[in-house]
Amino acid sequence: MNFLDSIWMIPLFPAAGAILMLLFGKKLPKAAVSVICPGTVLVSFLMSLGAVLQLARLSEHSYEKILYTWLPGGPFHLTNGQMGHLQADWGFLLDPLSSVMILVVTGVGFLIHVYSVGYMGHEAGYHRFFGYLNLFIFFMLTLVLANNYLLLFVGWEGVGLCSYLLIGFYFLRDSATKAGIKAFIVNRIGDAGFVLGVLLMLATFGSLRFTSVFGEVNRQVETGLLTSGDATVALMTLLLFIGATGKSAQIPLYVWLPDAMEGPTPVSALIHAATMVTAGVYMVARSNVLFSLSPQTMAMVAGVGALTAIFAATIGLAQYDIKRVLAYSTVSQLGYMFLACGVGAYGAGIFHLMTHAFFKALLFLGSGSVIHALSGEQDMRKMGALRHKIPVTFWTFFIASLAIIGAPPFAGFFSKDEILWKAFSAETHAGLLLWVVGFVTAGLTALYIWRLVFLTFFGQSRVDHEVEHHIHESPKTMTIPLMTLAVLSIVGGWVGWPRILGGSNRLETWLEPVFEHSSKLLAHEAEHGAAAQEYLFMFLSVAVGAFGVFIAWYFFIRRPEAADRIVQTVPGVQRLLYNKYYVDEVYNAVFVDGFAKGGGTALGRFDARIVDGGVNGSAWLTLLTSRLSIWWDTWVIDGAVRLSSFTVKVLSYPVRLLQTGLVQVYALFIVFGVLIFFSYYLIR
Amino acid sequence: MFNNHILSIVLFLPLAGAILLLFVPKEQKNLIRWLANLIALAGFVVSLPLAFWFDSSKDGFQFVEKAIWIPSIGANYALGIDGISLLLIMLTTLLGSIAILSSWTAIEDRVKEYYVFMLTLQSGMLGVFMALDFFLFYVFWEVMLVPMYFLIGIWGGPRKLYAAIKFFIYTLVGSVLMLLGILMLYFWNHTQTGIYTFDIPALQQLTMPTNIQIWVFLAFFVGFAIKVPMFPFHTWLPDAHVEAPTAGSVILAGVLLKMGTYGFLRFSLPMLPNASSDSRIVRAMIFLSIVAIIYGALVSLMQKDMKRLVAYSSVSHLGFCTLGLFALNPNGVAGSIIQQVNHGISTGALFLIVGLIYERRHTREISEFGGISTVMPVFATFFMIMMMSSLGLPTLNGFIGEFVILQGAFEESKVWAAFAVAGIILGAAYLLWLYQRTMFGTLNNPKNEKLKDLNFREVMTLVPLVIWAFWIGLYPKPFFKVLERPVANIIQRVRPDYYAAHPEAFGGPGASRTATPIPASPIAATAPAAIQTGTPATEGGR
Repeated sequence: MNFLDSIWMIPLFPAAGAILMLLFGKKLPKAAVSVICPGTVLVSFLMSLGAVLQLARLSEHSYEKILYTWLPGGPFHLTNGQMGHLQADWGFLLDPLSSVMILVVTGVGFLIHVYSVGYMGHEAGYHRFFGYLNLFIFFMLTLVLANNYLLLFVGWEGVGLCSYLLIGFYFLRDSATKAGIKAFIVNRIGDAGFVLGVLLMLATFGSLRFTSVFGEVNRQVETGLLTSGDATVALMTLLLFIGATGKSAQIPLYVWLPDAMEGPTPVSALIHAATMVTAGVYMVARSNVLFSLSPQTMAMVAGVGALTAIFAATIGLAQYDIKRVLAYSTVSQLGYMFLACGVGAYGAGIFHLMTHAFFKALLFLGSGSVIHALSGEQDMRKMGALRHKIPVTFWTFFIASLAIIGAPPFAGFFSKDEILWKAFSAETHAGLLLWVVGFVTAGLTALYIWRLVFLTFFGQSRVDHEVEHHIHESPKTMTIPLMTLAVLSIVGGWVGWPRILGGSNRLETWLEPVFEHSSKLLAHEAEHGAAAQEYLFMFLSVAVGAFGVFIAWYFFIRRPEAADRIVQTVPGVQRLLYNKYYVDEVYNAVFVDGFAKGGGTALGRFDARIVDGGVNGSAWLTLLTSRLSIWWDTWVIDGAVRLSSFTVKVLSYPVRLLQTGLVQVYALFIVFGVLIFFSYYLIR
Repeated sequence: MFNNHILSIVLFLPLAGAILLLFVPKEQKNLIRWLANLIALAGFVVSLPLAFWFDSSKDGFQFVEKAIWIPSIGANYALGIDGISLLLIMLTTLLGSIAILSSWTAIEDRVKEYYVFMLTLQSGMLGVFMALDFFLFYVFWEVMLVPMYFLIGIWGGPRKLYAAIKFFIYTLVGSVLMLLGILMLYFWNHTQTGIYTFDIPALQQLTMPTNIQIWVFLAFFVGFAIKVPMFPFHTWLPDAHVEAPTAGSVILAGVLLKMGTYGFLRFSLPMLPNASSDSRIVRAMIFLSIVAIIYGALVSLMQKDMKRLVAYSSVSHLGFCTLGLFALNPNGVAGSIIQQVNHGISTGALFLIVGLIYERRHTREISEFGGISTVMPVFATFFMIMMMSSLGLPTLNGFIGEFVILQGAFEESKVWAAFAVAGIILGAAYLLWLYQRTMFGTLNNPKNEKLKDLNFREVMTLVPLVIWAFWIGLYPKPFFKVLERPVANIIQRVRPDYYAAHPEAFGGPGASRTATPIPASPIAATAPAAIQTGTPATEGGR
């Protein structure tokens, strides 16, 4: 079978599953749901595997499949005066970068689907949950397989929708639906930047298709039309990066991700750790040709990444909710990935994206298993000494915790080490500073993760009494994915075994063609750093991890009272960290209550009083004029008429006295008249 | 006979139906309902051939019909459509039949009169989109007001009289000014050509000095801006919507508002190209559009009444439509028309949705609801889909329109696009917040516990709109195809320099004759020779 030509079908299976579940899921038996939904993802995984293997055999390692012209817009003027045509296809591109992504998405996605069969088994809305989950896989695959920015945006928004629906899955809980809205709207802010970036790209290069845009950029670079530091490209990449900060939870838009933990735990593992939140990293890596042209944005990406990494790690130190610790850890690890991209080590960023998907999914699923065992308890202060009661969960969690701190030869070791080394050897920016931040963060990571491990699995049990009786290991559907991910957390990094340790870094070689133009542009030869130096840095990053574990052990197992003492000496710091630097409160006051609600209320009043007031006022004026006219009409115009008639009436009054109409009276007047007449003549 | 007079048939079928209904005794409520629904459905079915027979590669108007009406003033009965009117007509016939279907149980009083008015209104609206004669257009434009006035005034809510009168007078003020503008065009055309005619294609060729164009533009502007409604002429809209019965709101939002934007497209832009592209006017129009987008969204956010919220969201959405129009480039204008259709679909559906809940609870106060999705899951699903359509989620219709408009706006000014994008963020905010407050959470108002989910008829009012929303979202090609020629011709008329450097981009059959891009209208070609004997067209006016 030609899997390459069928890549368009890869997203289709989960889509079919989603439609089936959302329309008819209620009528299906639970068993059918449990088979169909993971099944569709498995089929996608197998097809992806087939396609990737076939891709490897192609000479140029790139395959494009266009289904149809999706958006056939009209002509428009490019900024350079040329005429372009707005067009976007529903088309897919399989290249080394997207092949890594689809394998991670369908592979980890499948495992989490299986896990969910066990985890969500007792929940109402089982089919709805799986419908959303399948829908998510569809959009995520669309995102990573898209051959143009607009279709990428379809996936981008679609995964946002699924995230919103799944965070709010427990829609009876207010906090869950609020977290869902928060996620959607914060992401929308990022999306606004992304859309503007895409529009600027369209206006500059006349296309949204990856191959055309990057081909055009490379052509312009070769002909000298476009040089590093170009202002338009800087703005474009900056706007795209704003989109990435939304989706991948970086400063300043990271605030939605910790709240997103209101969703069921498999959702946190799949969407808010392993796949969706890495979309921003993927997008930056995909646009590497553009980003590499703009040292300004690159510095920004590296800086934001490093800052987010250390910022989130410090918050993670002080949280008690097991999932929140992991959420801040995710934010922090995503920061690492951006740090890598920012120094031009896109391959290392994608490598860390992959290993992170394994171990962070495992950490989340493990925490889910803990929560499941403790009948829903998430507060680490009510855990402890669980390692013998839920051994599979413990051991797999243990492996993941080693992987995340970069203990050799676990997956995280290779990717994190590569990032730190590349950060240091990047000559473009303040490499040493970036390395120091990354290095300190590595120590903090070890500290917060092992604090979590010690508080949860070691020490004294602080579990509530009635919960204690129900502690049980999770069913097979949950433990098998845990074990599979544990294996991946160990061996997953071996594809990137560095050359200096006798490996061949196959992943880097595989991704090479995607990033080759950037490497040319950046032209910093990271590889020629002294081998001795590289060994030293490798040792340092392992050592700082070990040190972090030691500190965690000392304060949470050996001398727990020492930890309390420290907290008491600097209570402000602990409160500041526990309250997440009060960023949520500030955002809420300024944007939600201030701008949106305040502005809305004020404008609503303005609308009712001033704008509509004007309309009603003119109506009132019309009425007033009408009343005045009536008055004028009655008293002046009609008054004049009536006055004239009145005058006539008054003047005619004496006459009227005579005009009685009685013949006798007239005869009397005649007689008087005759008498007066005669008297006149007689007297004269 | 059917293919020669298809427009007349589509136009008068609802009116004929209304007359038929007059002969049914008013006690036979169900018979009246069945008949009205059949007539409306038939109205939709006979309009379908228009979509199939329409040739999108042709310039000018199609299915043209013409008869002399009042020869002394040069008014004719002339009908014809292009791609723009085709889409709006299809929207009207579909929404019309949906609106009538949605009224089955909502209307219990004066059933017969209600359906007679609905069907008359339908004919009036179709006439506006079909008329190729300005006089005829004006007649339909005014005729349409009357049934709407009664629909709000008789079957409306507690402040129905206030709303109905406000609607009527406000619109009338606009139409009177528009009439002045029409007469200016009419007499100017006479001084130029010696012919008294209201023929729209002929008037579209008229050349007038810019300062006169601006006066006519302003007169038209008042008429159309009130209808759209553009900020600050919008305040009749929330009142009319809140008081109108559900079907009235659906038609009002879905079709009536489009007449304003249609007016700009059909008259202001092609007849007054210099005024329309005058930088002061463009800047003012864009400013009002952007204010409407952001202002409408912010005001929506804090509304307490669901219907009022959706009404203000219309102001915001129509802001996008006018923004696209006055970007004056192919994507802006095409996107604007697509977005007009989208708004008809999404907002029409949202009004239906609000109506469905109102019919059950007789209130639209948001605070009265909460947790409705537990008792009405089907309703919740439709609400969710249409909300996503309205806030522009890709794969649904709203996104296509918004993106293309934004592209058009961006081409002219990055700042415009940046402001408009802010509206998209707020659009998500007010809709999601509305949904959360009404549908999610625990159901703690005992009055909502017994609510019944949608029945088959109610589902059928929403299904066609959902299908259409996905169609435009996933495969908008047919819609862009029919708009390509009319839009290119409008742009060529308003901005002759747009295609100047790249005549091939103008495309279509007109590509070879870009010098005279607007082909002589089929009407002018077939018009009686008697009218054509006047002095030949000259630039005499200058």
